[in-house]
Amino acid sequence: MTLTVTAPAAVTDRRSARAFVDTHVVPYADDYDRNGRVPEDLLRQVAAAGLWAPFLPVESGGAGMDLVTLGEVHEEVGRGCSSLRSLLTVHTMVAWTVQRWGTPGQRERWEPALAAGEALGAFCLSEPGAGSDTAAITTTAVEHGDGWLLNGVKKWTTGGQRADLFLVFARTGASIGAFLVPRYAPGVQVRPIDDMLGTRASMLAEISFQDVALGPDALLGPSGFTAGMVLTGTLDLGRYSVAAGSVGIVQACLEASAAYAAHRRVGGRPLAEQPLIQAKLSDMVTDARAARLLLAEAGRLKDAGESSTIMATWIAKYFASTAAARHAAEAVQIHGANGCSPDYPVARLYRDAKVMEIIEGSNEIQRITIAGQAERETTR
Amino acid sequence: MSNTPTQQILDFVRGRYPQAEIDETQDIFALGFVNSLFAMELVMFVEKTFGVTIPNEELRIDNFRTASTMAALVGRLSPTLAVA
Ligand SMILES: Cc1cc2nc3c(=O)[nH]c(=O)nc-3n(C[C@H](O)[C@H](O)[C@H](O)COP(=O)(O)OP(=O)(O)OC[C@H]3O[C@@H](n4cnc5c(N)ncnc54)[C@H](O)[C@@H]3O)c2cc1C
Repeated sequence: MTLTVTAPAAVTDRRSARAFVDTHVVPYADDYDRNGRVPEDLLRQVAAAGLWAPFLPVESGGAGMDLVTLGEVHEEVGRGCSSLRSLLTVHTMVAWTVQRWGTPGQRERWEPALAAGEALGAFCLSEPGAGSDTAAITTTAVEHGDGWLLNGVKKWTTGGQRADLFLVFARTGASIGAFLVPRYAPGVQVRPIDDMLGTRASMLAEISFQDVALGPDALLGPSGFTAGMVLTGTLDLGRYSVAAGSVGIVQACLEASAAYAAHRRVGGRPLAEQPLIQAKLSDMVTDARAARLLLAEAGRLKDAGESSTIMATWIAKYFASTAAARHAAEAVQIHGANGCSPDYPVARLYRDAKVMEIIEGSNEIQRITIAGQAERETTR
Repeated sequence: MSNTPTQQILDFVRGRYPQAEIDETQDIFALGFVNSLFAMELVMFVEKTFGVTIPNEELRIDNFRTASTMAALVGRLSPTLAVA
């Protein structure tokens, strides 16, 4: 594997993101997948391109990027490598939450490091016994002196093997609060989880917190009834990023399949001339566009501060993730045995796409939420 | 007076829960439809509609119980908006 040495140009829009991904990510993504990690070299390139948290304000080292553009950038990253996109997703969730809910002191402490990628963030909600059912988490934060004492175990933490700052959701009596926990706080233990089905290079971990003493400034956002809003907002942004990454997977499936079908010959003709194959390709084209529009609409509503962005994001993520899983399966089909081999990227896309249907609200939870809203709005 | 903050907030809540019969003094938490998704939407709606930023210390349940208390919060954060 050749490591790139040229310093990347700043990523400011879809075009520059596409160029970055084509140069620094696409040629190596299968290696990352096989090695089970995104290398430090690439993490540095991402930092040099200003990609970690470009939506943060300029004063903090961000670029004040709007969320429509951020969605486009995450789509491009997802087209190249879902593991890197996953790392970007959880980092985005942490950085956005600090910006949205942090006190001036918290923002000053963390934003510059998060913008520069000097501190990488990870999101800790799921536990061995609680995934979709977030109300079932058992990690607790109890008041301790003027701060907090954290106890519990988090599982499936994307980037957990590498992250410097964990955003941990824990019970505080009747509600759930968000806590900023530095990796090296005494009592934090990180156990790598390797060999996942998909996003294999995203460095998952199980993290245990044993009597971790935190200062009063560890709590992010309000406590009490609105503490749940911190989680809702964090997940909303994560869902937006996963929706974007899923659009990227559909696009990658399309590009790989169209190229393959143009060259592979059956019965003396290119595969691309077979009506059954054309049907698959046309569905990829259509779904990629439809998913991209749903994503852009969710982003537009976010930039406008419209509350309807939350449902728009659920819908975009539901549509894009199911489309990704469907088309990744068809992309493997179009490639035949080659699609099952390590010589083409579609096997990786297929495995990564399945993960999109589970993370940030599984398909079932998305359907329940979307239908619940439809029911509320139409029943009188 | 359909344009008072109270009325706009009521319209928003009714728009999301058409089956609920609520007035400005009814405790929407007691009615049981506030989940964290709706709470987030409500806060975003108030911030966007009235051009205010609600600081963390004002994000207390008592400020959000009724359309009237929410309108009063808006009035405190943006004294130029008449609270009716
Ligand atoms: C690669 C990967 C990365 C991840 N990264 C993170 C991370 O960074 N941080 C983090 O906190 N978590 C992370 N997760 C965990 C992820 O959020 C959970 O897997 C997800 O929320 C689902 O929870 P669960 O796996 O416990 O499944 P469960 O909640 O046990 O659900 C099992 C199945 O039942 C279905 N189901 C659940 N409830 C219902 C219902 N009411 N009706 C019908 N069906 C239902 C689900 O959809 C699912 O199909 C990651 C997971 C994966 C695979």
